[in-house]
Amino acid sequence: MDLLIFQAPILMVQASLDGILLGILFALIAYGMALQWGVMNIINIAQGELVIMGGYVAYFMYMMGIHPGFGIIISPIIMYFVGWGLYKLVINKVVDRDLFISILATFGISILTQQLMNFIFGSDVVVAQSNFGTTMFFDGMVTLPNAKIFAAVVSVIFAIGLVMYMRKSKLGRAIRATAQNARAAKILGVDTEKVYAATFGINAALCGVAGSLIAITFTLHPYVGLPYTVRSFMIVIVAGLGNLPGVALSGMGLGVFEEFADYILGTEFRIGSVFLLLVLILVYRRFKLSKKREYLK
Amino acid sequence: MKIKNILITFVSAIALILTSSTISLAKVVGDKIILGAAVSLTGKYSTNGEHTKNGYNFAVDRINSMGGIKVGGKTYKFDIIYYDDESNSGRAAQLAERLIKQDGVQYMLGPYSSGLTKAIAPVTEENKIPMVEANGASRSLFTKGYKYLFAVLSAANQYLEVAIDLAVEKNGGKPIKIAMAFEQDAFSQDVRIGVVDAAKRTGSKIIIDDKLPKELNDMAATLAKVKATKPDVLVVSGHSKGALTAIRQIAEMKVDVKMLAMTHCDASKLAKQHGKNSEYALCAAQWHKSLSYKDKFFGDGMKYDKEFKAQFGYNPPYQAAESSAALLVWKDAFERANTLDKDKVRDALSKTEMQTFYGNIKFSPAGQNIAKPMVLFQVRCEGDKCENKVVAPTKWASAELVHPVPKWSER
Repeated sequence: MDLLIFQAPILMVQASLDGILLGILFALIAYGMALQWGVMNIINIAQGELVIMGGYVAYFMYMMGIHPGFGIIISPIIMYFVGWGLYKLVINKVVDRDLFISILATFGISILTQQLMNFIFGSDVVVAQSNFGTTMFFDGMVTLPNAKIFAAVVSVIFAIGLVMYMRKSKLGRAIRATAQNARAAKILGVDTEKVYAATFGINAALCGVAGSLIAITFTLHPYVGLPYTVRSFMIVIVAGLGNLPGVALSGMGLGVFEEFADYILGTEFRIGSVFLLLVLILVYRRFKLSKKREYLK
Repeated sequence: MKIKNILITFVSAIALILTSSTISLAKVVGDKIILGAAVSLTGKYSTNGEHTKNGYNFAVDRINSMGGIKVGGKTYKFDIIYYDDESNSGRAAQLAERLIKQDGVQYMLGPYSSGLTKAIAPVTEENKIPMVEANGASRSLFTKGYKYLFAVLSAANQYLEVAIDLAVEKNGGKPIKIAMAFEQDAFSQDVRIGVVDAAKRTGSKIIIDDKLPKELNDMAATLAKVKATKPDVLVVSGHSKGALTAIRQIAEMKVDVKMLAMTHCDASKLAKQHGKNSEYALCAAQWHKSLSYKDKFFGDGMKYDKEFKAQFGYNPPYQAAESSAALLVWKDAFERANTLDKDKVRDALSKTEMQTFYGNIKFSPAGQNIAKPMVLFQVRCEGDKCENKVVAPTKWASAELVHPVPKWSER
């Protein structure tokens, strides 16, 4: 137990801002996961690997002398086709099977992409420099790296863009229809195969954006994808499936909770306490559900 | 079903033939002394595994071309059987078993990393096979009473002790306030033990003691605490990821601290990846090319650096240098034992007392090298080019320590 945060309340401002910025970035990854989980009923274990792969696209650009910030444009385009290709190669064979098969399949994809990235980019930890500088408040006591602010703004723009696209465009409508009832959509002339491929592609593209933001805010390594998968999974679980505004809120909420846990309980309990919170939320959900009237199946 | 059965029988028959044919390989083939090594060529340690392998091979070529090893009036050459342990400790233990039981290897070289060395050591110990390892620094390797393990490198708890002593010295011998952040893995926690001991010894106070979860790549909270409490020294250890994350976020958050001490600066190519932002970071290293140790095979560190680069195309990190040193230890032990008997060679190993280009080597009863101090270097930049300059121990210092580190507002 550490009381530093209460002795220096300015740290609360820092913790809240850090948590929100971090949470928004995670929420972007969770958006992709929620989308393809909702539409295709697939839990993508390779989500984190897609993120890291997107990051390596930005890193590659950085090595070529292009500012890694442009990764947010190039990376989603490349990753869309990677996702589309993965769907055509693997996912379309498991999409109508039970959840366990798809978990296994995406787990396989995750191992394969890890090794592939290791093979291509090596096992060194790498970073891309954005040189965006820092914004300071309260006489330098609260600092926000501009790279993180950039990441949050870009994430919000893409998230809003996605929601608009889902509402307005023809493909968006087809995706929503397929999510509601794939068979009915098919009968009414929706090419569900194409919808699935596009959904997986869009998910990969969102991961690409997030990855290139991670390249300039954190570090990249072929084997660090799993925490991103787990985190986005948690955010989706907490928000509830099909609840897109909830994803943003739960992302930020978990981010802030994590930062405060770090200050109060200690860094070693940071991730553990988030998991504890997840368990509590699930138990609470179960409790609430059991009170609901239901018909017998 | 029937075809499947036939297939299984067929495959197992082939496997049997293959395994029985490899058993005939012995510890010495013709004029070659066969050493065995499981090294990570794939997986997360593959980069450092490659350095380890290159270091081994470089020394083998050098020793063989300079007359080989003279044992009992006969001249032998070294040869190494490599297996890829896939950066996986379970696999490493299996491969050690295979090297010893199937390939008949009687002399082992270590793998890369403390974790994998820990996995292999019980196997070599049980089979009474001497192992000279160059890349396992964890303290726990030397507290289990292993008799057949010899490490040419300094133990993990020695990494940053020097930095604390240095900070106290710069503070006029008065106790200091220490903030530390260590990843929760065997190696970093061993480094932490060393720092805690040094703090006790100097009467210094530890005001922040954060243990970073392995999955974490964000240290913002720790650094905000550092900003609020203003310690004299900040100590960070968390492999390459920890070093890169720390420098990135210290620069972004403009954290001013008088001394920043870390590990893995060279493994993470800190000076190259972060450039000027990494300036003034103090780093612990097992070896640096500018040290003045000498031997007749590689000359000195500078010469080793140059020739290694000519052969492999990159400057040798200390992981390669210590791996090369392991072979020099083997050669020396074989010649002093003057026999190929593994137990006699083991006894000779335990009496090793020599100088190599990498440093002095003398083993404690636990197999730890006690003759070589750690070096500290500081990242220094001229224009945009940043380099590691040795600042401690003072005997080899090529630059004066900059202390305290200039504030971010003045850089």
